[in-house]
Amino acid sequence: MAEFQNIFTRVKVHGPAYPGVPLTPGEVWPRQMTPVFVSLLGRIGDAQVGPIRLGWTGIASLISGFIAIEIIGLNMMASVNWSPIQFVRQLPWLALEPPPPGIGLALFPPLAEGGWWLLAGFFLTAAILLWWLRLYLMARSLRMGTHVAWAFAAAIWLYLVLGFIRPILMGSWGEAPPFGIFPHLDWTASFSLRYGNLFYDPFHMLSIVFLYGSAVLFAMHGATVLAISRFGGEREVEQALDRGTAFERGALFWRWTMGFNATAESIHRWAWWFAVLCPLCGGIGILLSGTVVDNWYLWGVKHGIAPAYPPLWPPVADPATLPGAPQ
Amino acid sequence: MLGGDLFDFWVGPFYVGFFGVTTIFFAALGTALIAWGAALQGTGNIWRISIAPPPLSVGLGLAPLAQGGLWQLITICAIGAFVSWALRQAEIARKLGMGLHVPFAFSFAIFAYVSLVVIRPLLLGAWGNGFPYGIISHLDWVSNVGYQYLSFHYNPAHMLAITFFFTNVLALSLHASLVLSAINPPAGETAKTAEHENTFFRDAIGYSIGTLGIHRLGMFLAISASFWSGVCIILSGPFWTQGWPAWWSWWLNLPFWSGH
Repeated sequence: MAEFQNIFTRVKVHGPAYPGVPLTPGEVWPRQMTPVFVSLLGRIGDAQVGPIRLGWTGIASLISGFIAIEIIGLNMMASVNWSPIQFVRQLPWLALEPPPPGIGLALFPPLAEGGWWLLAGFFLTAAILLWWLRLYLMARSLRMGTHVAWAFAAAIWLYLVLGFIRPILMGSWGEAPPFGIFPHLDWTASFSLRYGNLFYDPFHMLSIVFLYGSAVLFAMHGATVLAISRFGGEREVEQALDRGTAFERGALFWRWTMGFNATAESIHRWAWWFAVLCPLCGGIGILLSGTVVDNWYLWGVKHGIAPAYPPLWPPVADPATLPGAPQ
Repeated sequence: MLGGDLFDFWVGPFYVGFFGVTTIFFAALGTALIAWGAALQGTGNIWRISIAPPPLSVGLGLAPLAQGGLWQLITICAIGAFVSWALRQAEIARKLGMGLHVPFAFSFAIFAYVSLVVIRPLLLGAWGNGFPYGIISHLDWVSNVGYQYLSFHYNPAHMLAITFFFTNVLALSLHASLVLSAINPPAGETAKTAEHENTFFRDAIGYSIGTLGIHRLGMFLAISASFWSGVCIILSGPFWTQGWPAWWSWWLNLPFWSGH
């Protein structure tokens, strides 16, 4: 089937680089870098790479992110006694851990006891917030809507809940996840076990629904647009403002298939909300764990969604409630 | 399909067609069987209804209805309904002169389901290795099977699947946001076009994949998530029986680390 399904890629057109829409006169930060063309990229999407417009937020964000990664990497390097070979060998297992529980919410614990973790977190957070600001300002400068920045804010919400808001509510930085590949997976598994299995957490359920739902939506949307690209369906803005045969067919496809269809604009609203609600609900589910709900399984039993295990042994007193138990 | 246009009609907005009839047949029968199973179980609580597969002792044989036979029939109905749905999508796509991308993408979701309830149980030699049909009970199954391998997060195919799922959400949010931000500029501004969309992304990260490419990328991310989900569960049991954290020891034991 060596047949292209769309009207533009039968022949790969080589044109001059597009410099981008003109900037507003008086913009301080220009576009940098001479555009180059990468043929392989052109087989899937646009071949043009660059220009880029870093601006002060971009440069500050990159520097902050670089500092954060340096702190994390050098701490991992120190943990293998500065052996470059062991660093590569053990990299997936290495971690920069948050302060131990005894530190509480101290802002300047010893560097080796979570101090570096706090510094790395500070710079990573600065990098992320600066990047958010950059996306917001960039949309404004191009006189576009700020939807990208607000979608990104949903992801930042989840990030801040995990590493900042929930630890503050719990009274200890030690509640936050570590930096590291396998270590953050271990943290996730033990977090779920500690709070009685996160699968019973209704906001975790919703988050997963929107995660899977986003995959379904992008499969449906991506496939639909590709299937109507022989009619120019990828020109979505034009199809949203003045529907043509491409989206007319796409809409009919879903109407005939499931009795309902979106439009060229509304499919992106469905998609935006599915994608945004995934981290938004996930953040709520994490925030409630340990602060409001101590055991999601027992919560599920209480509300009739999870079955209770039949009692096999006589009840045992919780040692934490006995006199003399550590408080 | 059957010669002539026997089923070539619409009911309200729905196109019927031959595969619409088979979809209705399998979906209605499967739903009725689930209701039967719920009645046998004696619960109307939607969270607690659970149709369990046969016990492992049944192996790959047929089970009595109340001991997993219902699960076997429901599985046949589910696969029948999903495949009918995909073929119906293909029929509708051809009617509208569209490509067959949608049924192709949907087939990856069917593959993930078939991996769980057919391929892996076949390889392990018992239908009892399928997951139960119930909202909470299938979550319990996922938990239990995951912890049988100590930490499923260490399953490399599971890592890939999750990475594709997360990247898919990221790409979907960026694509949807970008289109909405072009169509809905600040008050008083005219709507923007693909020139502004490309400029926004080039200004931001130095690259814009373009209006056609983003849909290729999105569909690739979504079907890859399904594909690796299927692979990660097929590997667990038939091809790897220890805890997944131990799988990574090959990396620690590569010959070129030695001597350091």
